[in-house]
Amino acid sequence: MSEVKYSKEHEWIKLDGEEATIGITKHATEMLGDIVFAELPEKGSHVDKDGTAGVVESTKAASDVYTPVSGEVIDTNQMIVDDPSKINEDPEESAWFFKLKIKDKSEMDSLMKKEEYEKFAKETSA
Amino acid sequence: MSIKKTSLNNLHIKYGAKLVEFAGYQMPIQYKDGIIQEHKYTRSHSGIFDVSHMGQLFISGGDDLTNDLEKIFPADLKKLKINQSKYSFLMNNKGGIQDDLIIAKTSDGFLIILNAACKYNDYEIIKSKLDNQYKLNLEETLSLIALQGPEAKNVLNKVIPGCNSLKFMNGNNYVYKNEKVYITRSGYTGEDGFEISIKHSDAETFVESLIKNGSKLIGLGARDTLRMEAGLCLYGNDLDNDTSPIEANLKWAIPKSRIETEFVGSEVLKNQFQSGVKKLRVGIKPDSKVIARGNTKIYNDKNQEIGKVTSGTFGPSVEHPIAMGYVDNSYSTVNTKIFLEVRGKKIPANICNLPFYKKNYAKGEINV
Repeated sequence: MSEVKYSKEHEWIKLDGEEATIGITKHATEMLGDIVFAELPEKGSHVDKDGTAGVVESTKAASDVYTPVSGEVIDTNQMIVDDPSKINEDPEESAWFFKLKIKDKSEMDSLMKKEEYEKFAKETSA
Repeated sequence: MSIKKTSLNNLHIKYGAKLVEFAGYQMPIQYKDGIIQEHKYTRSHSGIFDVSHMGQLFISGGDDLTNDLEKIFPADLKKLKINQSKYSFLMNNKGGIQDDLIIAKTSDGFLIILNAACKYNDYEIIKSKLDNQYKLNLEETLSLIALQGPEAKNVLNKVIPGCNSLKFMNGNNYVYKNEKVYITRSGYTGEDGFEISIKHSDAETFVESLIKNGSKLIGLGARDTLRMEAGLCLYGNDLDNDTSPIEANLKWAIPKSRIETEFVGSEVLKNQFQSGVKKLRVGIKPDSKVIARGNTKIYNDKNQEIGKVTSGTFGPSVEHPIAMGYVDNSYSTVNTKIFLEVRGKKIPANICNLPFYKKNYAKGEINV
């Protein structure tokens, strides 16, 4: 069974064994508005927990995408680079950003569960 | 100071606006459809913009007023016919732009449309330059609504019959619900359109009737992408106190007849007309999908800094990132290769012609 958790920077992370898939939440896309540009980390590069691992831009502004855990980038989603509007359409499934081979599973511990994140998102956007 | 609300505030909320503070007013940045859909709807149908935060400054007076205003503004006000309007500038002594504005001649003087963030300061400057000799009224009882897009003329004509005969940059008085409204054919989107000055108490029903006739409310977000595609300047971004109209590539707005005459900043401008300028506003098209926003540094191929981006976004109609900014004059030729520093990387781009989006006024209804 895969485990899905959420960060305070509005990323979701799905863990399958040592492989993690990371994207931004539906709530994040609603705050950003129409996404018109996405930049992803390079395959093979290492990213550190809470470090920058990409960029999304709406018509209004640019926002960094952070990685909720550390690891090696093993895959990136070219579909969202070619058509960034897919991120608004399906942020928590097909429009994932990158996949990591993670180093330390315990980094997942500090992240929020779905209900906690929903509460957090509601409170911070109010 | 508390945040002001326009007469359409309830309507913005009713139609699902995301409200933000802009120039001291609570304004809609977007509605439910979002910026891209709103932008495209304006280009294909028509969009309604609440621009009531802008200043409507009425000055009453006769020929003396015309003479005195020509000492302030570099516009040919003597030649202006009643209800005709011109784009002009309020400048400082160094030729820097304090505000860009529209001056219209009215039956008893002039109406000047000012930017929201500048209007109170402009009022003080203009009042003192006119030596308090005339009656100035920065009107607070009128809303200002823009209707823009190819369908604007049809939609507005259903609500206020007769206004579709107005020519570009001309205005007139009309009647709506037994009250006087002043309408000009003008705008800030690169589309045909109108700006309607109307009593606060009538603004909401007026806008609802435009919506019933097929128009939609459009927020400040799409207003910004529309004006950028049209190559139009935003005061505070693309124009400021340290930039002259010549540097801003707005030479066309200064009539030849005024170049040798005196107005605030005329010496600097005359000099720039003769000797040229060091920096110039240009259009910029990045080669890739990367967006360069305001304050992005511009470099030449030798890695020397040559300028700065002042506005940049993704253009929903041209479907590509677009920007404008100032470069050293020797790099201002179209197709010059430049580099934009975005997140530490140098992104290749080209100087290009403005506007990015040009309307095809095929029917010749617009007299530009």
